[in-house]
Amino acid sequence: MNFFKSKYYYKFSRNPLSVFGLIIVCAVILLAIFAPYITPFPEHVGPFTDFANKSKPPSSTYIFGTDKIGRDIFTRCIFGYRISLILGVVVLAIAVPIGVTMGLCAGYIGRKTELVLMRITDVFLAIPALVLALSIIGLLDRPNLLYTMIAVSMAWWPWYTRLIYNITRSIKTEGYIAAAEIMGASKIHIMFREILPNCLPSLLTKITLDLGFVILVGSSLSFLGLGAQPPTPDLGTMVAKGASLLPDTWWFSLFPGFAILIVVLGFNLVGDGLKDMFDVDV
Amino acid sequence: MSTTQYFLRRIFVSVIVFFGVSIVIFCLARLIPGDPARIALGPFATKEMVEQLRETLHLNDSIFIQYKIFIQQLFQGDLGISTYTKRPVVTDIISYFPATFELVLMSGTLMILIGMPLGILSGKFKNTFIDHIARIISLLGVVTPSFLWAIILMLIFAYWIPIFPVAERYDETLDPPKIVTGLLLIDSLIARDFNFFKDALLHLFLPGLAIAMPAIGNVSRLTRTNLSDIYEKQYIEFAKSYSYSEYKIATKYALKPASIPTVTIIGLDFAFMLGNAFLVETVFVWPGMAKYGVETILAKDLNGIIATALIITTFFLIINMLVDFFVLLLNPRITIEE
Repeated sequence: MNFFKSKYYYKFSRNPLSVFGLIIVCAVILLAIFAPYITPFPEHVGPFTDFANKSKPPSSTYIFGTDKIGRDIFTRCIFGYRISLILGVVVLAIAVPIGVTMGLCAGYIGRKTELVLMRITDVFLAIPALVLALSIIGLLDRPNLLYTMIAVSMAWWPWYTRLIYNITRSIKTEGYIAAAEIMGASKIHIMFREILPNCLPSLLTKITLDLGFVILVGSSLSFLGLGAQPPTPDLGTMVAKGASLLPDTWWFSLFPGFAILIVVLGFNLVGDGLKDMFDVDV
Repeated sequence: MSTTQYFLRRIFVSVIVFFGVSIVIFCLARLIPGDPARIALGPFATKEMVEQLRETLHLNDSIFIQYKIFIQQLFQGDLGISTYTKRPVVTDIISYFPATFELVLMSGTLMILIGMPLGILSGKFKNTFIDHIARIISLLGVVTPSFLWAIILMLIFAYWIPIFPVAERYDETLDPPKIVTGLLLIDSLIARDFNFFKDALLHLFLPGLAIAMPAIGNVSRLTRTNLSDIYEKQYIEFAKSYSYSEYKIATKYALKPASIPTVTIIGLDFAFMLGNAFLVETVFVWPGMAKYGVETILAKDLNGIIATALIITTFFLIINMLVDFFVLLLNPRITIEE
């Protein structure tokens, strides 16, 4: 079947904004993958210094200007996308399986399992995500990228539990579940092979939307100095470095900030498009 | 279930959740590898000093006893001594929390004052130029990190067009009023110092707006969707057939039902705003919980970290409870679940 002729693609492409978002996302991913080949100064990523060209405003050579020690901000932004995307993928790769499994168990098994799991979820939902992630990083050893990923995952899984739990509850009385039960299918089979496939449209939509928001939260943490440590080119860290030097060298923080904005916007638009396409509510 | 019973039950659930949160945070603080006493004292402290601190912090007892002591002290209003400021944590919280509280209240106000009208305009003039502009604003609000909003607003409205002050809570040249509530706006009103009130309000505006922007986006998106759904309802047609004025239909028949879902998510928006406050306070050098929280985190001050997380969560739980009560008042038809 040709995907581009399907009704799904028709629904998705009917909204030009979704297509625009998809273009942004693809562009960012490609830029991040091929960063060493397309950026003008790949050597500026590490501990490089060029004091002759320090704090240069945006020009044709340095389109985003240079930072305090003469590194090209454009190059560092593109490399920063690598960190952001890895962060987003790793966080969701940890949070989604945990959240989904808990949601399926709570929704399908019910009774005491449901009570215990959902109360735990409620407790984690009661702590604002950024504050929870902050405390976890605070309690762990010295801040670094790995800890940021762990901390954000810890704050993120409850949302998936909530989502999958609600869907599971609404479909567990369907005929085909009863049929599988009568045939003696195991609980594991019913949860992961009968119920989970029905959750996929919502799950995929939420994952797409969340990729953007995880990147946003991750960059917020590194903005506070609790993420990847220098000289790693992290977007949040770059914004923070420039924030204390306003207003003279505004390009230090403004361009990395816009870089974050663009990637979050891209995932958000695609996510909204998927929402319309699958006709789900997440 | 009667309304009073519902209220009591809701309060009971919140208290349970609070205990859950305290257990989670406490366990995180104790189960994470590394000796808290050693972390607090640094690598140069002697073995005896560490052992002494372990004894004072009850770290040699089992975790259940530690938790029991923690809760007992919590109810006596004692959260321990901050190893970072060397003061009781409660004293620290009392001096830092009002600044954040005032800021978040400002953001909440701005969220409703800007978000709702934007959503209403959008929903009323659906698919027109006004709608497109409003939707772009709300989309940008949601996807832009609030620290970037803070920087943009600061650059434009404090440096390039200097209408608002750049940073901090008040102008250094003015004498702050006597501290009664810790909220500068209220304190200055009590002292009848209107000059100071105006100054504090101006200082609050930009950081407040930066924190509120994502929430404004959320509120206006939701209001738009609900309002356009309600304008398709039959009772609106009916009101139109009675040739009621547009204004009356909008305010009397459409707005109230349209605002219920918005109010319901205000609690969640507050959670976002509390998190965002941490980022925006950093940009605006605001002497609030963010400053304290980040400093205690960098200094590995366990008591400070636990207290910051607990106080923010408690604030969030209370807001959520108030929102639930308010929704019930707004929509008495809500079936209270057994």
